[in-house]
Amino acid sequence: MSLSQNMLEIIEQRARRDVFTRVTRVTLEIGALSCVEPQALGFCFDSVSRGTVAEGATLVIVRVPGRAWCWDCSRVVEIPQHGAPCPDCAGFNMQVRSGNEMQLKELEVA
Amino acid sequence: MCTTCGCGSEGITVTRNGESEHEHSHEHVHVHVQHLDSHDGDTRRIQVEQDLLSKNAGYAAANRRYFSELGAFAVNMMSSPGSGKTTLLVNTVAALRNQYPIAVVEGDQQTSHDAERIRAAGVPGIQINTGKGCHLDAHMVGHALQHLALQRESVVFIENVGNLVCPAAFDLGEHRKVVIISVTEGEDKPLKYPDMFAAADLMIVNKIDLLPHVDFDTARCLEYARRVRPGIESLELSATSGEGLEAWCAWIKAEHAAASVPARNTAAANTT
Repeated sequence: MSLSQNMLEIIEQRARRDVFTRVTRVTLEIGALSCVEPQALGFCFDSVSRGTVAEGATLVIVRVPGRAWCWDCSRVVEIPQHGAPCPDCAGFNMQVRSGNEMQLKELEVA
Repeated sequence: MCTTCGCGSEGITVTRNGESEHEHSHEHVHVHVQHLDSHDGDTRRIQVEQDLLSKNAGYAAANRRYFSELGAFAVNMMSSPGSGKTTLLVNTVAALRNQYPIAVVEGDQQTSHDAERIRAAGVPGIQINTGKGCHLDAHMVGHALQHLALQRESVVFIENVGNLVCPAAFDLGEHRKVVIISVTEGEDKPLKYPDMFAAADLMIVNKIDLLPHVDFDTARCLEYARRVRPGIESLELSATSGEGLEAWCAWIKAEHAAASVPARNTAAANTT
């Protein structure tokens, strides 16, 4: 819920700066390792955006895969979640590189 | 509106000594723009590329600066409800209060019971009630810090709301994140709530005095935690019996030194 409120605050700041009256599409990048449940975020955003410039906007969520460095394979591998084994060697000796993103990428406005 | 920062968080209170000192009950300011013409098909794209937690990150950076100027060490304590966080804190405070100035920020949805327990232990404690909120954020903690009047080189314990999910995502400006799991819980919590264990620097296994009575495999718990966060440190203790408390206090001492010595050196350099 607080994430969707933050989202709305960012949008409203941009509405003042870039002068627009309506948002038709919001594109988010959400990492596979972040703690965000896209469906829940969509539901919360629907309710907090009511009566604002973003009411009725389509929410597009781009999932970014989790990437980790596997010390045993000495290369970057993709992992679906925290605690998942290396897809190649099945080990857990990995360091997460990316996948925690929660970013508002783009607005389509009218 | 909040006079300090102009914020608008609803239903959050910060209390000291049972009295509500600062209340956030003001409304959020929304931009209501009239839809003059409908320009369907006449849309444009704006690149934003802003982190959803960027506002929290700004407040966390301010808290971090504040801690670093004072040479204070701040630790964010997180766990499920009932893992023994407050009991551990009360006993830790008793063990360390003659060595360091200590302050405690308590987060709960309601009541100031925990802050009262901390104050009864003889150190300043401030309660944040998050209302319906399930985690502390850096903004709430910043307000609480204003009421605490921290002494130089304090140890600041921040007890988060009992929850193994959301607190993991919110940087409070702390130096270290500690997750507490008790042996009455499942040893697979690190796998069930990986975000929390991936964020933590130290895992404390609490209530080890109950190990003979429960089916909890400490080694397996640590193995699971290391899957999620290779290199996580771990300690086993019983807050009630005191077993293992010494190692925990030693960890705090070492971390406190790492946080306070650079600040002391900077202060010394500035005076010469």
